[in-house]
Amino acid sequence: MTMTTKTGIGTVAEQGDRAPARPSIPPKLRRYGASIGWGIASIGLFTAIWEILWAVGWANPLLLPPPHLFLQDIPTTLGYFAQKNVIGSRGTGNGLTGLLMTILWTTTRVVLGLTLGFVLGVAVGAVVHYVRIVRNLLLPTILLLAPISPVAWLPVAIFVFGIGDVPAIFLVFITVFFAIVLSTVSQFESVPKNYLHVARIMGASEAQTFWRVILPAILPSLFMTLRLNLFAAWMVVLIAEAVGVGTGLGQITSMARATFNAKLVFFTMAIIGVLGFTFDWALRYVQSRMLWWVAPNQGGRR
Amino acid sequence: MTEPAIAIRNVAKTWTPEGRPAVHALRNLSLDILPGEFVVLLGPSGCGKSTLLYMIAGLEGVSAGTIEQDGIAVTQPSAERGLIFQEASLFPWLTIVDNVAFGLSVRGVPVTERRAIAVEMLRSVGLGDMLEKKPDELSGGMRQRAACARALAMRPKVLMMDEPFAALDVQTRSKMQDFLLQIWRDSGASIILVTHSIDEAIALADRVVVFTARPGQVKTIVPIDLPRPRPSRDARYHQYRDLFTELLADEVDRAFAEQEAL
Ligand SMILES: Nc1ncnc2c1ncn2[C@@H]1O[C@H](COP(=O)(O)OP(=O)(O)OP(=O)(O)O)[C@@H](O)[C@H]1O
Ligand SMILES: [Mg+2]
Repeated sequence: MTMTTKTGIGTVAEQGDRAPARPSIPPKLRRYGASIGWGIASIGLFTAIWEILWAVGWANPLLLPPPHLFLQDIPTTLGYFAQKNVIGSRGTGNGLTGLLMTILWTTTRVVLGLTLGFVLGVAVGAVVHYVRIVRNLLLPTILLLAPISPVAWLPVAIFVFGIGDVPAIFLVFITVFFAIVLSTVSQFESVPKNYLHVARIMGASEAQTFWRVILPAILPSLFMTLRLNLFAAWMVVLIAEAVGVGTGLGQITSMARATFNAKLVFFTMAIIGVLGFTFDWALRYVQSRMLWWVAPNQGGRR
Repeated sequence: MTEPAIAIRNVAKTWTPEGRPAVHALRNLSLDILPGEFVVLLGPSGCGKSTLLYMIAGLEGVSAGTIEQDGIAVTQPSAERGLIFQEASLFPWLTIVDNVAFGLSVRGVPVTERRAIAVEMLRSVGLGDMLEKKPDELSGGMRQRAACARALAMRPKVLMMDEPFAALDVQTRSKMQDFLLQIWRDSGASIILVTHSIDEAIALADRVVVFTARPGQVKTIVPIDLPRPRPSRDARYHQYRDLFTELLADEVDRAFAEQEAL
């Protein structure tokens, strides 16, 4: 009786082992392919609807030029991108390098602002956490300032820093800074007590505990906060460029609006879309490399 | 007479949580732990067993009395008094081998040396092929063994464990008990283990310390005079079982009565 049961189980197990014998694409690649496929399908559908609206005559090509129109005349469009980061240099026709430089300037501002906001945010958050008097003095103000839309800081940025790169970087900085400070402070409190106990038993100093236990424990959540604020950062840098810098993608959009150049508006919008997407992807990549122990798309809480 | 490794004298602990009434967790507790001894703490929930381990570890201060290790008052944590929690609490951002080497690296032991020690420790707990794995990739039992290796790498004189196997399934649990007896013999450290399982207490202990309900005190200390390994078929094993069941039932009743009075 027992014998039969055992053989029965054995057979089932063997069949189970042999089952996935058919050759197939690795699942990881298949998932990749599927997501790219759906991405193309989604954008294709969107474009098709737009093109049809144009073909039927519902979308005015002067106001809403469909993709084939605003992507068609690229050399002329590129003429609007200046190469130098100088106020007022516009329409001098530097072509592709001009476009790349414009992208580079905007990207640099975003990266600088994000980096500064992240590093200083964590630093201030740490001080607020450790030094009681700083906490009591700073936290109420931070709580008050945090919900103010970064766009509202624009006049302040221009009053204080004038016209140029600094106000744009400052706005990006402001967008992430308060969020990172608050996130750091709250994350400090949620570091598992046992991690801290282990550090103390092992004889770690305060500094060692901070750098080697607390920081890695909170970094995944901080990174998530950074990613959540990335799109806001892109938004404010464009506004700042349109108003107070005179270069970059934001300035181009603003100039295109002023000169009623719908093709240029949509071309720039397309570029901004692609850039934002690439940024998020790059941050996710950095996250998977630097925070290798966290599963992708996981907020880092455990 | 041998000097105790840990001497606990008239210790009391009162927790004063903010905005809540004070809790008298332990009162007038005295206990000696001998070098190389295996002591199990058994008692109703909330009687202060964990609190006692935290105070021996130096993570919490005493409210009254003294705790000494080798004649020196315990004032702060030390790797000589290792503590293992119910959850392994390995650092998820370090590989298993780096987790085990953490204490040594904090101490400034050079990389090659500390890695060699960590690898040896992991081999001795049967995790020789898990060196570069992430903690999440290990099973609960393996994580607990890695946590043991991390504590043992510091050559502790006393190893404390707070319900280390409570989260494991029955089979893993009995394997872990065998494993624990083996590392206890190899390391020569004293072990203080907290458990809710009477069987675990009988299987492992030289002496079982039974606590009263809160405020916790030593109710009785029962030496287990059985040669190891201790098969549960043994008649004397059953006598111990009955004894502990009875001792605990009294205290659990008292603990409940107090809860209801609140
Ligand atoms: N950090 C703390 N702050 C306030 N009260 C605490 C703290 N830690 C424990 N206590 C209280 O002290 C008492 C004893 O707790 P302790 O965790 O030591 O009990 P225990 O014997 O380990 O219980 P269990 O078997 O449930 O783990 C409990 O009433 C608990 O609520
Ligand atoms: Mg406990």
